[in-house]
Amino acid sequence: MTTTVADHHHDEVPKGITRWLFTTNHKDIGTLYLWFSFTMFLIGGAMALVIRAELFQPGLQVVDPHFYNQMVTVHALIMIFGAVMPGFVGFANWMIPMMIGAPDMALPRLNNWSFWLLPFATSLLILSLFVPGGGPAAGWTIYPPLSVQGGMGVDLTIFTIHILGMSSILGAINIIATIMNMRAPGMTLMKMPLFVWTWVITAFLLIAAMPVLAGAVTMLLTDRHFGTAFFDPAGGGDPVMFQHIFWFFGHPEVYILILPAFGIISQVIPTFARKPLFGYTSMVFAAAAIAFLSFIVWAHHMYTVGMPLSGELFFMYSTMLIAIPTGVKIFNWMATMWRGSMSFETPMLYAIATVALFTVGGLTGLMMAITPADFQYHDTYFIVAHFHYVIFCGSVLGMFAGVYYWLPKWTGHMYNETLGKWHFWLTIIAFNVTFFPQHFLGFAGMPRRIPDYALQFAEFNVVSSIGGFVLGYSQLILLVVVIKAIRGGKKASAEVWDNPEGLEWSVASPAPYHTFATAPEVR
Amino acid sequence: MIINRLKHLLSAGTALVSMLVLWAVPASVQAEWGLNLQRPVTEIARVQYDLHMLIMYIVTVIGIIVFAIMFYSIFKFRKSKGAQPAKFSHSTKAEVIWTVIPTLILIVMAVPSTKALLLMEDTTESDMVVKVTGYQWGWHYDYMEEDVSFFSKLTTPQSQITGTETKGENYLLEVDNHLVLPVGQKVRILLTARDVIHAWWVPQLGGKKDAIPGFINEMWIRADETGTFRGQCAELCGKDHGYMPIVVDVVDESQYQAWLDGQRNKG
Ligand SMILES: [Cu+2]
Repeated sequence: MTTTVADHHHDEVPKGITRWLFTTNHKDIGTLYLWFSFTMFLIGGAMALVIRAELFQPGLQVVDPHFYNQMVTVHALIMIFGAVMPGFVGFANWMIPMMIGAPDMALPRLNNWSFWLLPFATSLLILSLFVPGGGPAAGWTIYPPLSVQGGMGVDLTIFTIHILGMSSILGAINIIATIMNMRAPGMTLMKMPLFVWTWVITAFLLIAAMPVLAGAVTMLLTDRHFGTAFFDPAGGGDPVMFQHIFWFFGHPEVYILILPAFGIISQVIPTFARKPLFGYTSMVFAAAAIAFLSFIVWAHHMYTVGMPLSGELFFMYSTMLIAIPTGVKIFNWMATMWRGSMSFETPMLYAIATVALFTVGGLTGLMMAITPADFQYHDTYFIVAHFHYVIFCGSVLGMFAGVYYWLPKWTGHMYNETLGKWHFWLTIIAFNVTFFPQHFLGFAGMPRRIPDYALQFAEFNVVSSIGGFVLGYSQLILLVVVIKAIRGGKKASAEVWDNPEGLEWSVASPAPYHTFATAPEVR
Repeated sequence: MIINRLKHLLSAGTALVSMLVLWAVPASVQAEWGLNLQRPVTEIARVQYDLHMLIMYIVTVIGIIVFAIMFYSIFKFRKSKGAQPAKFSHSTKAEVIWTVIPTLILIVMAVPSTKALLLMEDTTESDMVVKVTGYQWGWHYDYMEEDVSFFSKLTTPQSQITGTETKGENYLLEVDNHLVLPVGQKVRILLTARDVIHAWWVPQLGGKKDAIPGFINEMWIRADETGTFRGQCAELCGKDHGYMPIVVDVVDESQYQAWLDGQRNKG
């Protein structure tokens, strides 16, 4: 056909529901991913509030123990696979093509499919709560034999994991293909923004880790229904083998959840410190080193299963090693702020909070790496506190930093700074009120995943529950901020911030439906 | 601006204070308020406790230094104060320093940790053996050389759980039959399970270990003092995971023998 028709087609934004169903536009798909992620964040958060309501006081008041276990399990699955992972894919979709000067993702139709798998997958998971026997109740780690005992809800969970895994792998392939093939001339690998770097590393982690999880849950499925005994000792199987396979996926998964956030704050901090990122090269290598190490530390999640001494020593030492590249990243961010000229808009506040509170989570992680001490910490509230400092403060706060940072680029309007600051302070204070006391609960001996507890744990649980409710409801402010920015507000300039670095700031705000149809020149 | 600055000060303050709590508060108060690990009564638990304190001091100091530098930067290098941005973007010297120093700290931590692990894993030369079997939802204890075995289940009444009755002092931490161990003897504990994975944990006696169906795990306990020590199952094992506590009575040798005789007569 003629070029005029194609060009005409180019500028037109499709209307109606089919725009979203059939879209192959990276910005539309990014938007879908982000809204999906936020929806899941609220659903998973509501489940967390059920948990905190039950734990508000000792005794059983709100739910029965079986439903409590379902909430614990589904909250984690939704947050990890529904909120955090798709959230980062949303950022990748929106930002990677604009950051590397590409017109779109390399595989746009695949992109559409990898998104539209998600709602079906998570619907299955939520549906599982309503089938006979209820949803999965063995924890998100679905350890057999407990998970073999569960009802049909466990099968639905297995299918959910299969579909989500497929979506993640397709997304990862697309991201790698885009970054490898579609960079603008002059955009060499070592010129790529750090967010792009962390995502390409994450994508490789996804491709390596997700099939392992798929294999593990498939074996679980055949153990449940087809007479195999991979994990059943009565048939010569080994329940501990599941844990090894699961955590071989599970530890890289931790970095899948955190590396893109590292990327986001590596974009945000230099902008508001008005100073280039410190140690770009070492940042890249530190991320790669973390990714490599993540494959040889998995058994630190299972020190108590009874490993040989040599195994315990190996996993202790390898886990401690992770502190080195992680430390490099934290010190580099601090050095970026050092002697800068900082201002503290909401994205910067979130980025600083990410660095500071992730450091707390990293340091408690170092404590848990020490095998003999971990025999006390393992499966207590100390662990719960630790991974919320890592995943909420690392991944989610990092994502918040990104949302506020790029929202003007996405919507064309400045967000409301006052509301942003309210959201920030309420979130940070409520988060610490919720989770800091849980360190002490763990030390004092409160196991995780229990609906009811001994009386000496009562005070801190009250504090934690109050914090939890404030934290949960504060997230609605973000919803208001985003809706307000979509509807209107102060016009954002192309640059939005004070001389930020990156190609995304060279296009208008809001970013046109199609950007970089002609590749920009990168010097 | 003042308000903004106060806000920063406040958040810096809270972070530091909370990190300092464990440092400054006397150990006895900490135990009462449940701020720290429970008071250890075995060699293993003591080694774990000391190691825990050592690494907690180290990470607290690291944390304070990191927070101090960050907040110094936040106060000092503000645009609103007219700070001019520097241009530097790397420094090999600095990067070498903050790679080497953490490595040294890690080595300092690894040495006592390795020693502690060697001690914990040494189950040789034990004086007696008790086999612990987890099941949904309780424990079974088997004194293998003594022909004594019994089940041990939660005794907290349902009415306390649902709240129609006031909760007792040992709410959820009380069982019908206590595990009785002699003081000062090295007890080898063998762990297994009948149905799903459980974990046997009495914090004051040392760390936990998984009880896994089809597997025998082992650990050892030598209690330094007599008394009653309580713990819980620590691995999610289904509906009543929160309701399978462990109670251990450590008694002196003569009481232990008398208790054993009583058990044999029962059987
Ligand atoms: Cu149990």
